[in-house]
Amino acid sequence: MDILSLTAVELSCAIREGRTTAPEALTAVFGRIAKKEAEYHCYITIEKEKAMREAEKVQARIATGELTGPLAGVPVAIKDNLCTEGTLTTCGSKILENFVPTYSAEAVKLLQKAGAVIIGKTNMDEFAMGSTTETSYFGVTKNPADTSRVPGGSSGGSAAAVAAGECFFALGSDTGGSIRQPAGYCGVVGLKPTYGTVSRYGLVAYGSSLDQIGPLTKDVADCTAVLSVIASHDEKDSTSMARTDTDFTSALVQDVKGLKIGIPRDYFSEGLDPQVKDKVLHAVKVLQANGAILQEFDLSLVDYAIPTYYTIAAAEASSNLERFDGIKYGYRAPGDTLGLHEMYKKTRSEGFGEEVKRRIMLGSFVLSSGYYDAYYLKALKVKAMIRQAFDEAFLRYDIILGPVSPTTAPKLGESLSDPLKMYLGDIYTISVNLAGLPAISLPCGKDDQGLPIGLQLIGDCYSEKTLIRAAYTYEQAVRDTKVTEAESDLLSAKHTGTNGFAISPQNDKLAESRKKTDMCAEQIRSSHADICASAGKEA
Amino acid sequence: MANIISDETIEYVSILAKLELSDEQKEAAKKDMGRMLDYIDKLNELDTGGVEPMSHVFPVRNVFREDVVTNGDESEQILKNAPEEQDNMFVVPRTFE
Repeated sequence: MDILSLTAVELSCAIREGRTTAPEALTAVFGRIAKKEAEYHCYITIEKEKAMREAEKVQARIATGELTGPLAGVPVAIKDNLCTEGTLTTCGSKILENFVPTYSAEAVKLLQKAGAVIIGKTNMDEFAMGSTTETSYFGVTKNPADTSRVPGGSSGGSAAAVAAGECFFALGSDTGGSIRQPAGYCGVVGLKPTYGTVSRYGLVAYGSSLDQIGPLTKDVADCTAVLSVIASHDEKDSTSMARTDTDFTSALVQDVKGLKIGIPRDYFSEGLDPQVKDKVLHAVKVLQANGAILQEFDLSLVDYAIPTYYTIAAAEASSNLERFDGIKYGYRAPGDTLGLHEMYKKTRSEGFGEEVKRRIMLGSFVLSSGYYDAYYLKALKVKAMIRQAFDEAFLRYDIILGPVSPTTAPKLGESLSDPLKMYLGDIYTISVNLAGLPAISLPCGKDDQGLPIGLQLIGDCYSEKTLIRAAYTYEQAVRDTKVTEAESDLLSAKHTGTNGFAISPQNDKLAESRKKTDMCAEQIRSSHADICASAGKEA
Repeated sequence: MANIISDETIEYVSILAKLELSDEQKEAAKKDMGRMLDYIDKLNELDTGGVEPMSHVFPVRNVFREDVVTNGDESEQILKNAPEEQDNMFVVPRTFE
């Protein structure tokens, strides 16, 4: 069995059934890391020994039947803006280069309770400000699909690690597309939940009204399993919502009959790469063939989302990042003779990178007296209008479908020279955060250079289940097509007298993997009570 | 560029932001911010009269709970992160003479 080819849910199945163990799975991951990490640089910190100790402990608890959930024993990577007790948490910044949190983020704790094994912390744009992972103080991450290209960002390390098999799944954070866009560029599944679904306690804040933590995974079933574990009501986060419908696994059904899907014309106009457009429209056909009702419409206000976002995000960032002052933690500028204010200024100027300073300056400006009404308040009003436009769309549609990004992954070094152009790459993802909506990004093909293309499904607030059902249906339909193609290849090979043996093992493998996933999906559904118990929640 | 950022504005904003910029960085920041504001000015095309500003997507208010300590004394661990500490306290630069 090739452990690394398994999904997270398949792996936990295999561990439960005794076909492999948590330490074995972790060893396989470290083997991949030893081979590939020097080239891709997905991680800022790797805790090999700590992870191995944890894997052994978890294995013992699986053996006694104490841990039974779909993440038990599964190695996970955590974005480096999520606090991890006793493990360096840098946010990709020099100003936190030596920061070791004394507590873990709530989402991290829930994963640990469910038996996931933390490998380390993934690279990211500094303080999640960027779309390429190139603004990290700790160097760039490369896209495993093509190492001359960026993995996207800001959760680029997490997306690349999943794509490269350097973990089985990862956590990221999404403020304007930071989970979905790198997932799209790297060819993995990424989900940004409805605002307030996952506790932000322990997530180093960037734009507090926009930030959400979410999973980056190999497929939709994994994504659903992770979301079901990390979704929780947490009184340590005052914006956390008390949701009762957090058993998302019940939505893993292949059925979109009668589902109304709206396709915003505004998402398919100028600036969209024709190859991206083609593949996304092909996904439309697949969903249509499965019984969904698709219709074009005008979403409106799309061009206003980016200026609104950058005003609000910069304002919140300038306020949130005031805490980095060289007193309580992190970097302090050297110099015994500095006065307090000089020390603050020097520390921050030396500790923050260019993009972070750019946004702090802009944020300070739009919040300053005299400009507050014209910029910040104006943006909050447009935000209300954008939300209204989505509300109207969701009166008619269950889901909105579009691309994740206008292009496939850009070349390394191409984006930073022109920030405005980089910001435009977030045009399809950003309004989702402004409106607090859930959205999923999943692979829908590749361009002629082999670069992954992402399909984005956007739902109304709290409609993750509808998103998962549609995403799962698409994913299964495409996989079924592949199996059918392999079968017909095999048939025609037999007819033409070609050696069928060369093809049949691959075909068997596909059919076997299909059976296995179906079995595992069934298992997640039936064992949900256990999952909830191990995640410390009520079923 | 429609938005011309003056030296005084950059000076003022860098005080608010607690950032020290070299002359070269100031010039770059002026251009940068001007360009961003030109772009943000696109919002002025929209009539937002009568629209209530939305700071939060859900109608949530302050959430209160009893002020009870639930964590233990972590001061030792917390102070390990301090750039400078002494006698269980953070050391800061002299703030008055």
